Amino acid sequence: MVAVPSSEVAGFQGEAQAQTSGRSLRQIVWARLSRDRLAMVCMVVLVLYYLIAIVGPVVAGVFGISPYTLHSELISDLGGKPFGALGGISWAHPLGVEWGTGRDISAQLMFGLRISLVIATSATLMTVALGTVIGIVAGYSGGWTDNLIGRLMDLVLAFPFLLIVLALSGVLTDRLTSLGIPEGNVSHIVYLILVMSVFGWPYLARIVRGQVLSLREREFVEAAVAMGANKRRILFTEILPNLWAPILVYATLTLPAYIGLEAVLSFLGVGVLPPDVTFGSMLASSVSYFQVVPTYLFIPGTVLVILVVSFNLLGDALRDALDPKAVH
Amino acid sequence: MAAYLVRRVVGMVVLLFLLSVTVFVLFNLLPGDPARLTCGKACTPQIIEANRHRLGLDQPVLTQYTNFVKGIFFGRTFSEDSPEPIICHAPCLGYSYNRHQQVLAAIADAAPVTFWLAVGAFLIWIVVGISMGILAALNRGSWVDRTIMGISLIGYSMPSFFIGLLLIFFVIIRFNWLPFPSYVSPFDNPIQFLQTMILPWIVLAVLNAAFYMRLTRNQVLEVFGDDYIRTARAKGLPERVVVVKHALRAGLTPIVTAAGLDLAYLLGGAIISENIFNLPGLGSLAVGSVLNSDLPLITGITLVTATIIIFANLVVDLLYAVIDPRVRVG
Repeated sequence: MVAVPSSEVAGFQGEAQAQTSGRSLRQIVWARLSRDRLAMVCMVVLVLYYLIAIVGPVVAGVFGISPYTLHSELISDLGGKPFGALGGISWAHPLGVEWGTGRDISAQLMFGLRISLVIATSATLMTVALGTVIGIVAGYSGGWTDNLIGRLMDLVLAFPFLLIVLALSGVLTDRLTSLGIPEGNVSHIVYLILVMSVFGWPYLARIVRGQVLSLREREFVEAAVAMGANKRRILFTEILPNLWAPILVYATLTLPAYIGLEAVLSFLGVGVLPPDVTFGSMLASSVSYFQVVPTYLFIPGTVLVILVVSFNLLGDALRDALDPKAVH
Repeated sequence: MAAYLVRRVVGMVVLLFLLSVTVFVLFNLLPGDPARLTCGKACTPQIIEANRHRLGLDQPVLTQYTNFVKGIFFGRTFSEDSPEPIICHAPCLGYSYNRHQQVLAAIADAAPVTFWLAVGAFLIWIVVGISMGILAALNRGSWVDRTIMGISLIGYSMPSFFIGLLLIFFVIIRFNWLPFPSYVSPFDNPIQFLQTMILPWIVLAVLNAAFYMRLTRNQVLEVFGDDYIRTARAKGLPERVVVVKHALRAGLTPIVTAAGLDLAYLLGGAIISENIFNLPGLGSLAVGSVLNSDLPLITGITLVTATIIIFANLVVDLLYAVIDPRVRVG
């Protein structure tokens, strides 16, 4: 799921020192990115999505719109089909209402987006933190530490990612609640974040380790060692700043993968619990009705695809902008 | 080579051992009560206790683990104290009380479906991915290249279950080009088999095909820059020979070998494809066992698929060394 081929991410380093034109790497990258119109559009789209996820539910609350309010007056008594065309689209409910309950689809989407982004963003941050720290330590230490970490990575990578997230969901969610994390969706969300990061870090750790292997032989590290810097300083003050390019690219490509993964898990019925919904569970329930009301499939699907495509395009553009070999 | 092989096989056995321990620890050692999960809404403490005993969860974790390992090598007996004990011959991966079936038998029933799914998807993704990638590389910068890269981007950005739902909506419901999927063995009814499998194959292949288009394109372009290609052109070889015999052979070797590993990981994607199209394969079995909290079956499936991945890893590394003489093992 998150297996971004390492060859795609590695192969360049954040060589801030190597650029001699007097501009920092950040300035160069930003200059390249801002000339990439598609990347800019994606960035705007993503900012909008995050704004909607943060502010949307608050605004909806002010107007008294809630994804949990049942509107039995909007659906037929027999079978629960919404009145009106396309799932009951109206001024009050611009994206229609849910079959059987009459709950507002636009409100569901806003709340669902918030849950998706919370899960994917936190899981990405944790994956990146774990992968970076473990990768740096493995690459710099070498010897048996590196060997041990290498075997650990082999072990974690041997688990089929989707299957393990799925397989552990019942048992581990139960265990989280017995550790004092509130039952219901909080424990489900915490579970998803934890399991995604615990089984997702080796992909990044491999890339980071490879970069560190070459960085540790460089003069500036030698100089730091000669000056008597301790290991923590060498690892995190000297080496880490040179790694942010591959890490950033990896993070931008992992986030959409995690959004997709959360959607798949909710689709399969092991993600977020009702009455909360996310893209996956909305699409799963659309299966029963999309023959009659196709908007149930297309509205959440389109919102999801735009989000994921924007992230992927931005990640690609970022990789190109950070590539020192690229001619611009 | 022989020493390398021995070392890798020993490493594999160690990894398998660690893997089985990890699975047991994850399922059994953390605080909580798996027995409670095994029983539905109408649950009494007595049922929980009975389930705990039946599943062996009342024993120490170490005993549970050694019993499990013993089962694999020597077989074991379940419900020993009941009038009708269940004998499970070696290799015994456990017994699913939910399905009243041995875990290995359940996996063996489902495996052919997943096998056919994986094989078909693999063919589609290799053929489409590599040929499109070569086409894009040979037409670098043209509209052909841009179109193919655009398709690739859409392919790996669209969540595959959404692609599956779109295919069901358009191909099956709207235009009635195919009947609703219903799995049969290819030996019983090849036509219905193809009609059922073509969409799941596409869904499973899309993500990898999209990645391989990019990978192949980059790989071929990189090789085109190498000196030996210039030499081949300079000595007057026809362009066709340069492309096919020189560039592609060197450029595609790593891709084809890497594909072996991705084939093993295909099992993850199979979960989605099987679920959407109602195929009774390992993926559906896994989802079903999770939703029913069928612990022995979850454990069995996890271990079997992980074993396949570890094994594929070994085979790929060895193949790599055989195909590409530049790779040294040791």
